[in-house]
Amino acid sequence: MRTILQGSLLPPPPIKLSHSSLLFSPSHSHSNLKFTSKSSPSPPTITMASIKVHGVPMSTATMRVLAALYEKDLDFELIPVDMRAGAHKQEPFVSLNPFGQIPALQDGDLTLFESRAITEYIADEYSEKGEKLMCPGCNKVKAITKVWLNVEGQQFDPIASKIAFERIFKGMFGMTTDPAAVQELEGKLVRVLDIYEARLSKSEFLACDCFTLADLHHLPVIHYLMGTDSKTLFESRPKVAEWVKKITARPAWAKVVDLQKQ
Amino acid sequence: MAAIKVFGHPASAPTMRVLLTLHEKNLDFEFVHVDLMGGEHKKEAFLARNPFGQVPAFEDGDLKLFESRAITQYIAHRYEGQGTNLLPADSKNIAHYAIMAIGMQVEAHQFEPVAAKLVSEQVFKLKKGLTTDQAVVAEEEAKLAKVLDVYEARLKEFKYLAGDTFTLTDLHHIPTIKYLLGTPTKKLFTERPRVNEWVAEITKRPASQKILQ
Repeated sequence: MRTILQGSLLPPPPIKLSHSSLLFSPSHSHSNLKFTSKSSPSPPTITMASIKVHGVPMSTATMRVLAALYEKDLDFELIPVDMRAGAHKQEPFVSLNPFGQIPALQDGDLTLFESRAITEYIADEYSEKGEKLMCPGCNKVKAITKVWLNVEGQQFDPIASKIAFERIFKGMFGMTTDPAAVQELEGKLVRVLDIYEARLSKSEFLACDCFTLADLHHLPVIHYLMGTDSKTLFESRPKVAEWVKKITARPAWAKVVDLQKQ
Repeated sequence: MAAIKVFGHPASAPTMRVLLTLHEKNLDFEFVHVDLMGGEHKKEAFLARNPFGQVPAFEDGDLKLFESRAITQYIAHRYEGQGTNLLPADSKNIAHYAIMAIGMQVEAHQFEPVAAKLVSEQVFKLKKGLTTDQAVVAEEEAKLAKVLDVYEARLKEFKYLAGDTFTLTDLHHIPTIKYLLGTPTKKLFTERPRVNEWVAEITKRPASQKILQ
């Protein structure tokens, strides 16, 4: 697998941040297998990889996609987006994702965004390659996987990513952590983690007894939180702690973390 | 006795998402009313169905599910041959499915968090005798406007969000949109011509009419 990084990873910009999405007006287009329906200008590359990820290794959503690609042993090219310069809010990036958020992924002439839609595509399209990222089985098992995919997206991430924002990203952007906010958010996170503890007492991984996207989607935010005082919330729950250890020890995840060091 | 049971509340948007899907598919089901006012959703019997203590919960024979968007996807796949097709026309086409999946993520992560705050401020707070915080409304409406600008551009290309047919992506929006149409936020939808048409289309569907009264 070959990754080509064009340009270096810049330190995060001192931009005004709200935790909610950065939303941008769309550009016009007429498309073909693209949500924005616009013919995107190709970035200048000299690569053979048909998969291109536009994002940065520090971004949790980008990391989610990279994890899936590494699990599947897929060749890809990581094309950095100059967040400091606001490149994600302008052309050509907004023709890849009109919501102006990283990552976006191109696979041949297909363009996708929303990390959890991208990982699902990778799991489906490349189901025969590398690790299986969905539970084997019938409709019922798939349905239960969807439950826990939604749990990560709707119950875990909204709280946990705000904690990561408070404890880590705010500092990078010259803002200060709000301890009251952290306390309130952790109060909510422990209720979610209690539910995970009960679930993981009955199932080896969240959706079933194999590692799936439902577990993978948690990796980036958990990775950040385990580097903060919030780690105690995970460590104090035995089944959750075991699960965190297992999923963060996966070789594919180590490769994602490595990219941050480059 | 119906194999399908929905445990929910008729005023709950996530419950409505599931009911819409069942009606689109002409499926028989039993609706079990959960007494939210009485805190039933936080009690043991319901928590056994959804440990997060939220409506709806769902049952189809011995399969038990929660999270409305997981339930609707299950129904759309399991009963693919029946009633309205809520998946892309070529549902086996992975790329087409991915495009619909993007739309479902956009609804869940870009649209709903903002729209739900607007419903909370302008509808639910009033029901509890609290007052609307207009500063919050203004801030959230500004965010929603940007989302709807993207929708407007998208809907100029295609009749529906995922393409030329009605899918789960559109359906998931219906309950919250219906609430917002009863508030001043309605203007954000009506002042965008294609969005306005799309809203009219999706809310006039017979299944929508059944649920939205």
